[in-house]
Amino acid sequence: MSAEVQTLFIQHFGKDSNRTLSYYQSQQSGYVAAKTVVTTMTPDQVIEEVKKSNLRGRGGAGFPTGMKWSFIPKGGDKPKYLVCNADESEPGTFKDRDLIRYTPHGLIEGMIIGAYAIGCKHAYIYIRGEYTREARLLNEAIQEAKSAGFLGEKIFGTDFSLNITVHRGAGAYICGEETGLLNSLEGKRGEPRVKPPFPAISGAFGCPTAVNNVESLASIPHIIRLGGEAYSKLGAVEKSGGTRIISLSGQVKRPGLYEIQAGSKTLRQIIYDLGGGMKKEKKLKAVIPGGSSAPVLTADEIDVIYDIEPLMKIGTMMGSAAIMVVSESVDLPKLLWRITKFYAHESCGQCTPCREGCHWMESILHRICHGQGREDDLDTLTSLAGNIGGKTLCALGDAAAGPVASFIKKFRPEFEAKITPVVRGQKRYA
Amino acid sequence: MSTSVAPQESVLSPKFYEAMKALEPQYPRKTALILPALHQAQSEFGWLPKEALEAVAQYIGVHPAQIREVASFYTMFNLKPVGKTHLKICTNVACVLRGADDLVSFCEKKLGIACGETTPDGKFTLSEEECLGACGTAPAMMANDDYIENLDIPKLNDFLERSQHER
Ligand SMILES: Cc1cc2nc3c(=O)[nH]c(=O)nc-3n(C[C@H](O)[C@H](O)[C@H](O)COP(=O)(O)O)c2cc1C
Repeated sequence: MSAEVQTLFIQHFGKDSNRTLSYYQSQQSGYVAAKTVVTTMTPDQVIEEVKKSNLRGRGGAGFPTGMKWSFIPKGGDKPKYLVCNADESEPGTFKDRDLIRYTPHGLIEGMIIGAYAIGCKHAYIYIRGEYTREARLLNEAIQEAKSAGFLGEKIFGTDFSLNITVHRGAGAYICGEETGLLNSLEGKRGEPRVKPPFPAISGAFGCPTAVNNVESLASIPHIIRLGGEAYSKLGAVEKSGGTRIISLSGQVKRPGLYEIQAGSKTLRQIIYDLGGGMKKEKKLKAVIPGGSSAPVLTADEIDVIYDIEPLMKIGTMMGSAAIMVVSESVDLPKLLWRITKFYAHESCGQCTPCREGCHWMESILHRICHGQGREDDLDTLTSLAGNIGGKTLCALGDAAAGPVASFIKKFRPEFEAKITPVVRGQKRYA
Repeated sequence: MSTSVAPQESVLSPKFYEAMKALEPQYPRKTALILPALHQAQSEFGWLPKEALEAVAQYIGVHPAQIREVASFYTMFNLKPVGKTHLKICTNVACVLRGADDLVSFCEKKLGIACGETTPDGKFTLSEEECLGACGTAPAMMANDDYIENLDIPKLNDFLERSQHER
């Protein structure tokens, strides 16, 4: 391994045979960390180590994983649950799928450690319904781990036991939101819950629950293996430990997954050095830096360090680390319509601003794209976005509002060009 | 399993009841089995006819309206019959940036149906799908449970031809 780039996951991707237990044990010191934890550490020591690691949730919100686990009450007579969020539904994101395909045991081992830390005996992996094959691979890996004594009763000869159940979703973006996910796991519509109470107090089946993303959990064995502090130092910026798996897609030469030490590259370096630059040497026009919910950036804004805080400072977000690259040849109003259509389709309908607002924004964008835009449409869109963001039970509302507000603010002339003078202020859209 | 756990008059097979029996101990409440049960039931019919929803309701022990309410929330549960091959083309951002719109038009033309429709011979249903999580290998689609990635028109055409001639 070269001194400058250290990766934890990606060198194991791409080869089917890497998913086996024997590969995991022989090439990745598999289950050594879990054994250390279960046989020599207290749950509090584990949580301390994870806190030290500066691991921040990889699902989108970037919440410190160690802190999340520390919120789970100690003792009590209710069972506690660990739920892995494998819904991977934020548009642009495809890292969890490869983590499951090539290192399923890394996830399982992370879950053993997490379950031990919070006192959970039965954990769930909620996986998006479309990942049928991946659900099967997970079940196979769970069986393998069970046969080897890493799951089930009396793990490593201790009193600790754990079972893991793979639970399939059925096609709903909102089930990636952790409380929508929990409702779905309970056999309900995936509608997000009112918070508080937070899942740490009342989550799955009314019991204390930690919900963690696949990549967050798969990072845990590395934290134990390297030590929290060393893991933290892999990150090149403060408050962000370890490595990040980036899902790079859109109009670059080499789309795919890349892993970087957190905060060690700018967005420009990721697009041009890792992604090989623009497909067909087209000019870069826009970048969606953190899944489709992230406010858009212009070509002039990509010298930013690609990590949570630097992106937040320039008004966007890292989200699930999914970068979508857009060239000069793309019609941005149409692309924004496409994004907004997604949120209109996926809004669960509980909160009025999101249910009504997303559809309204979608229909206005649709008419703009079909030559029927009206002069005040752009202001209406901006005002609608402002009335959805922050006014809903879950962050889907913000996710829908951010793109609309930012596309219009940064690329207004492109939208105005579609609202032709003839139509301006006259024709109404049928 | 020798003793059948299936009620005699159910439209669902004994396999359904056996699969559910195996899952029951994994959840603290039976209602948590609603999604697994719907997946299992759909795998028997290709979609979820009313009778299947009722049988699921009876198995779980809730009113059929509750099952319908849940099933209708999720796009993967087909409340109408679908063709033998259900094509779901992703038209979300990453796929559109790499030509998904052309794939949709190609399919519509070749199959003579619009998105959301089924061919008269019942072979194909065509749907537009939201992000499938295959953006690095875009454009992508699903044909029933399988992913087909790095698509282009020749590849899609080959696939349609092959499926067309399958029995
Ligand atoms: C609309 C919406 C969709 C989300 N989708 C996902 C998802 O697909 N996968 C995921 O891990 N987190 C998703 N999240 C974030 C989760 O709510 C939650 O923060 C995360 O699973 C926590 O895990 P982490 O702390 O390891 O990131 C979503 C959030 C929202 C608001």
